[in-house]
Amino acid sequence: MYGTRRWLLGAWLCASAVAAHAGPRAEVIHWWTSGGESAAVKQVEQAYRAAGGTWVDSAIAGGDQSRAVTINRIIGGNPPTAAQFNTSKQFLDIIEEDLLNPVDDIARRDHWDQVLPAPIIDVIKVRGHWYAVPMNIHMQTWIWYSKSAFAKAGIAREPASMDELFADLDKLKAAGLIPLAHGGQAWQEILLFSMVLSNVGGRDLYLKVIRDRDQGAIRSDSFRKVLVAYKRLQAYVDPASPGRNWNDATALVISGKAGVQIMGDWAKGEFIAAGQSPGRQFGCLPGLGADSPYLIQGDVFVFPKTDDPAALRAQKLLADVVDRSAVQLAFNKLKGSIPVRLDADDSRFDACARKGMAILRDPQRPVGVAEVYLTPDQNGALQDVLTAFWNTNMPVERAQNSIASALRY
Amino acid sequence: MTIRSRSRVTPYAALLPMAVVASLGYLGAGLWTFYISLTGSRTFPSGHFIGLAQYHRLFDNERWMLSLHNLAAYGALFVLASLAIGFLLAVFIDQHVKGEGVFRTIFLYPYAMSFVATGLVWQWLLTPGDGLDGAIRALGFEHFRLDWIVSQDHAIYTVVIATVWQASGLVMALMLAGLRGVDPEIWKAARLDGIPAWRVYAQIILPMLWPTVATVLLLLATAVAKLYDAVVAMTQGGPGIASEVPAKFIMDHLFLRSNVGLASAGAIVLLVPVLALLAPYAYARSRKEAA
Repeated sequence: MYGTRRWLLGAWLCASAVAAHAGPRAEVIHWWTSGGESAAVKQVEQAYRAAGGTWVDSAIAGGDQSRAVTINRIIGGNPPTAAQFNTSKQFLDIIEEDLLNPVDDIARRDHWDQVLPAPIIDVIKVRGHWYAVPMNIHMQTWIWYSKSAFAKAGIAREPASMDELFADLDKLKAAGLIPLAHGGQAWQEILLFSMVLSNVGGRDLYLKVIRDRDQGAIRSDSFRKVLVAYKRLQAYVDPASPGRNWNDATALVISGKAGVQIMGDWAKGEFIAAGQSPGRQFGCLPGLGADSPYLIQGDVFVFPKTDDPAALRAQKLLADVVDRSAVQLAFNKLKGSIPVRLDADDSRFDACARKGMAILRDPQRPVGVAEVYLTPDQNGALQDVLTAFWNTNMPVERAQNSIASALRY
Repeated sequence: MTIRSRSRVTPYAALLPMAVVASLGYLGAGLWTFYISLTGSRTFPSGHFIGLAQYHRLFDNERWMLSLHNLAAYGALFVLASLAIGFLLAVFIDQHVKGEGVFRTIFLYPYAMSFVATGLVWQWLLTPGDGLDGAIRALGFEHFRLDWIVSQDHAIYTVVIATVWQASGLVMALMLAGLRGVDPEIWKAARLDGIPAWRVYAQIILPMLWPTVATVLLLLATAVAKLYDAVVAMTQGGPGIASEVPAKFIMDHLFLRSNVGLASAGAIVLLVPVLALLAPYAYARSRKEAA
């Protein structure tokens, strides 16, 4: 018995040593560290192993931290095989310094031009070359609501316009509940603002302001109305909201103490972890009205420049594995997001995710979040103005001017 | 080479590595930062020269202006309060109280904690509903409210409270060392003359302690310019941008917002008051040495 075990152990050691030498070896930096996220990335790791590779996991908590490490290692000449970034302009500077390997052959083979949503293509395709493999899509401005809170406040149907939303918030307030569960942190305030801009201002104004940074549009009267509506929401927030984390805000909706939260689809994980299910205890609205813009972002893998043939092989294999529909499905089911490939089979997703996939296939509805169109710096400057406007008695005209000047650079 | 000349070379040889590191590390980095602040660098330093545009943009930025304003208010209060509390603590301990060692340890203890730990403790203590606010209301004071940490106008003062609590122990230790160095004959003489103790402290002892006070001021002033981690731990610059400080602006733009150029301009602007304080000090020293 003992002998057999030792023999097995020896064989296993030999086998793993051989595997380490034989297959490509990929060191991957990412920030998927929470419970659901690390379970999701394990799916990619397993698929990579099954394809004959060795996965070296470098998980670094916090996106900012993780990206800083990646950039430092690229500059220092010791880049990882692959690294996670958001589908955004976060890695545009690295492309322009010619420090990433393109993944054109996979993109061509899998017809990314046809199967990916346009806002995602705009980010990863630079001057005709594809520089990142997208993994998933997050829709960032879902409207989550508690069914029990709605029932208590006597709200019979889901709001279909901003006016109806305000009316519902009034009813929630009258019922003694917190109408809007809000985490008072700057990034959550820009998210709330994006929801108001896309739903009140509409797709054209949204793109003119956020993508084109059009000074005329920012100084227009319709943008002023957006800012007024955004600020009006503040009256529905409880006084303890400044500094609150998003998941604590979600907990208020889960317990029925609050009515509504506007947050990305990662909030769904909290509802599900609390034993609730979509359509029964909570509802998910992808926007107000049937043609509301659908604000998306997601995660990608990039492959830092290298000439080492072994590293190149590891990069190619990883790009191939990540782009498989089955891997994306397994990953996204655990992550709470949806696959980036529009041709993925979504029959096993929950009701909210299926709603999202259907909207994504309509080319008129998906647009990127602010980070997709703005550099981290412009996005940050916009965030500073919005959070100051939300938290102080800043006049609307001044907020309008400050946004114009923040987006001028 | 004679023994004499060698012995004159030795101290310079010993000082050289430090001098090289200091001039390359500090002066070199300072000059490099200034150069970068004149370029359009984003994620990576670049040689694209754009003159003073980053400075123009910096002073066009509301958050930066508010940060400077916050730093001035914070700096004045922090230095004065730490100095006053630290000095009073030292005077009390100097009365040869029983269990002096215990008190000294208690007062100095906060200084052994990092700003991050201090910040988190105070953040919890000051959060409305929990901590102090909740405890006092639980005692029966229903209308008591302590919501500075979520208030636009008061958030920066909560940072003053936490950092004064931390720094005054160190001030006390330094002041106490100074007080213990005072010649006991002075006290005897003052007692014979019937001068009240507070006047002896204010008019005789404190002026004698001037070198200690200068050291303390220098330490506190550097702590002011560096203020970053306590703000991050307590308020993250919020609510909104109410408690932002320049160092946090610089760090955010260096690491999160990929704008090395703007961050460098901020760093240079922050260096100016330090130099402005240092220059008269160095001038006074050189005058003294020449005399």
